[in-house]
Amino acid sequence: MVAQQAIIPRVALFVTCIVELLRPSVITASIKLLTDAHYRVVIPPRQTCCGQPGYNSGNRAAARSLAARTIRLLQPYERVILPSGSCAAMIINHYPKLFSDETADEAMKEQAERLAAKTHELTSFLVHSSSPKTGKATATSSLGYHHSCSCLRELNIKDEPLQLLQRRCRIDAKPLKETCCGFGGVFCIKYPRISTRMADDKLNEALNLGVTTLTSADMGCLVQLAGRARKCRHPLSFYHISEVLSGQWREPSLGSI
Amino acid sequence: MQITSDQFNRLSAAALSNEQLRTAFSRASSGFIDKRKAAIARITNFDELRTSAAAIKDHTLAQLDYYLEQFSEQARANGAQVHLARDGEELNSLVIDLAKRHNVRQINKGKSMVSEETRLNQALRQANMEVTETDLGEYILQLAEEQPSHIIAPAIHKTREEIAALFHKRHGKGYKEEAAELVEEARRILRKTYLSATMGITGANFLIAENGAMMLVTNEGNGDLCASLPPIHLVVTGIEKVIPSMKDAFALLRLLTNSATGQAITSYVTVIRAPARKDDSDGPTQLHYILLDNGRSKIRQSKYRSILRCIRCGACLNHCPVYSAVGGHSYGSVYPGPLGAVLTPLLADRKKAAELPNASSFCGRCEQVCPVAIPLVELMRQLRNDQHKENSLGQGWGIAIYMKIARSSFSYRLFIAALRVWLRLANRFPPILAIAKVLPPLRAWTEWRQLPQPQNNDSYRFK
Repeated sequence: MVAQQAIIPRVALFVTCIVELLRPSVITASIKLLTDAHYRVVIPPRQTCCGQPGYNSGNRAAARSLAARTIRLLQPYERVILPSGSCAAMIINHYPKLFSDETADEAMKEQAERLAAKTHELTSFLVHSSSPKTGKATATSSLGYHHSCSCLRELNIKDEPLQLLQRRCRIDAKPLKETCCGFGGVFCIKYPRISTRMADDKLNEALNLGVTTLTSADMGCLVQLAGRARKCRHPLSFYHISEVLSGQWREPSLGSI
Repeated sequence: MQITSDQFNRLSAAALSNEQLRTAFSRASSGFIDKRKAAIARITNFDELRTSAAAIKDHTLAQLDYYLEQFSEQARANGAQVHLARDGEELNSLVIDLAKRHNVRQINKGKSMVSEETRLNQALRQANMEVTETDLGEYILQLAEEQPSHIIAPAIHKTREEIAALFHKRHGKGYKEEAAELVEEARRILRKTYLSATMGITGANFLIAENGAMMLVTNEGNGDLCASLPPIHLVVTGIEKVIPSMKDAFALLRLLTNSATGQAITSYVTVIRAPARKDDSDGPTQLHYILLDNGRSKIRQSKYRSILRCIRCGACLNHCPVYSAVGGHSYGSVYPGPLGAVLTPLLADRKKAAELPNASSFCGRCEQVCPVAIPLVELMRQLRNDQHKENSLGQGWGIAIYMKIARSSFSYRLFIAALRVWLRLANRFPPILAIAKVLPPLRAWTEWRQLPQPQNNDSYRFK
C-alpha cells in the first residue's frame, strides 16, 4: 500500500570498485543488513568510482570530475551508505575539500557538503541509525578484527564494528593493533617491499593471537592481507564485515581460487 | 640542503633486510610510542592544547617579520648580537668568520638540526676547527661518522652492542657493555672538552620575541654546558622558531616534552637572555644568534606554510609505519619520516626528493599525534599533486586512464568485466600471468602477494 511504502526510509548503496570487481556478496550482505534494519535499499545504477585513487595519487583534476559525477548521481537520495571506510571518507571528508582549494567552486562545494552530510559508512550507520537485530551465537573460528586507517582516523569509527559483531553474532572479535596494513592504494604497488613488511607484521600478530579468520570494514585492507597470506600459505580466512554480520561466511574466503 | 633522497628505494630495501636495524628500531620506537601515550593520557585537555598551540604558531607565522624584528631588538638590547642567514652557505661562513675573528679553534656543540641542514661541522672542519658533539647520540654518530636518523634521538639506529664496539675501538679504554658504563665513559671524555672549548654552539627550541630570550631543553645538560662554559655562545636555529611570549613558550614546551619523550618536562629547561654581565661570576662574554631562512620564507608564503608549525618533537616519526620499517637513513635527509616527507622537497631539490611524499600509505597516524595539528597527509597529497602537474603522463598514467574509464558507466562496467575475466585466467593459467608481468604494477603486486580472485557471484548485476 502506498502509505506503508512511504514510511519505510530509503538508502542508496554505493558499492565501491573493489566490491564490484572482487566481492559482490558484500552487496547482498549489505542489502540484507540494511533491510533488517528496516530500510529500503536502492542501488543507483550508473555508479562507478568515487575518485579516491586519482585524489591520493595527486591527480586532483580527475578526482574532481568523478566527484562531480558522483555528487550529481547521488543527489536524489536521502541517505547514502558505503561498505567501505576509505570510500566513505572520500565523500564525507574530502569531496568538500576538492571544491574549496584553488579551483574554489562555491556551488559544487555546497553540494559536496550536502552529500557529505547524508553519507555514512555501513557499520557506523547500522549502529547509530538503527537498532541492529540481536542474533544467535555463530559457531566460530577465532575471529580477528582489523581496523582500517580510514575508519579509525578519518571517520572515528572504532567500537561500532566490534559492537555489531557482539550484538548480531555474539562474537568477541579480537581487535588487532591499530596499525596500517600497508595497502594505501597506490602505495602497495609503488613500495611493495615496505607494504609487504607492514602486511607481514599484521598477519604475524593475527597468527600469534590464534586468529583463524580476519575481518575488516575495508576491502582494500582485506585484499592486501589475503593476497599476502595466500602467498605465505598462512592458515587464515578473510571476509568483509558485512559478510560476517549477515552470516554469509560459509562462502569461500577472499583469496580462494 | 644536500640530500640523497633519490636513493630512497635502494636504501629502504637494504634497511628492510637489516635485522640489526629492525631490532634497534623495534626496541626504541615502541618505547617512544608507549611513553607518549601514557603522558598524553595524563593531560586532560590535550586536544584543546593542540588547537591553541596551532593557533599560536599560525598567528606568529602570519606576522613573522614583526616578531623576528621584535626578537632582534630585544636580544640586542640584552647585549646579544643577531644575524640573519639567507641560506646554509651564508650561515656556515658567518660561523667561520665569527670563530676566526675570535681565534676559536675548539668548538663544543649541542644538538642542532639546522647545523645538520647546513653541514656546519663539515665546513668548520674544512676551516681547521675542531668540533665536538656533546649530545650523547650526536657524539656517537660523530665517532661512527654517520648522519642522524631521528630528529631527537639521532643514534636510535644503533644497538648498545654496536655502541660498545665503537667506543672500544675509538676510545681504547677497554670493552664495556653496560649502558651506565658507556655513558660514564662518554661523559668523562666530553667533560674535558667543555673546559677547553672557546665557542659553544647550540640550537634553540624557542626564540621568544617579547624579551629576546631563547629556551633550550635537554635531558643531558650538555646544551647548558655549551652555552655557559665557553666564552662565546652561538645559537643557530631557524627563523620559524620565534614565538611571541614566554607564556606561549611554556604552552608549546609542555606539548613538546610530552609528545617527544613522554616526559612532563625535561631534566633541564634553560632560558637564556643575555651574555654575562659585569658582576656575573661566570657565563659567556658574547652571545650570538644566527637565524636561518634557507627557504623558510618561501614556504611561509605557500600553501605548505603549516609545516612551519613543527616544534621538532619527533612524534610523527615514532608513529609512522614506513619510518619504523625502513629507518631514518633511508630518507637521505636530515629530516626523515612524515616531517621530512614534506619539509625535504620544500627545502631541498624537489625532484631529488620526489619519492618521499609518495612513500606513505596515508594511514594518518602522524597527523593524529602531531602536537600542533599539522595536516601532514594533506601536505603530502598536495606535493603529489604538484608532482603530477609537472609530470603529465610520465607517471600515474594507469590511474589517469582508470579515472577516465570511470566517467562512463558503460566503459567502467566493460572494464570491470574484462578485468574479472583476466584475473580468473591469470590465476588459473600461469603463462597468462607471466606475460602480464611486463607491467610494473602487476609485477610489484604478484612478487609478494597472490593476485586477487574475483568471487563467483552473480547475485547482483549492474545495468
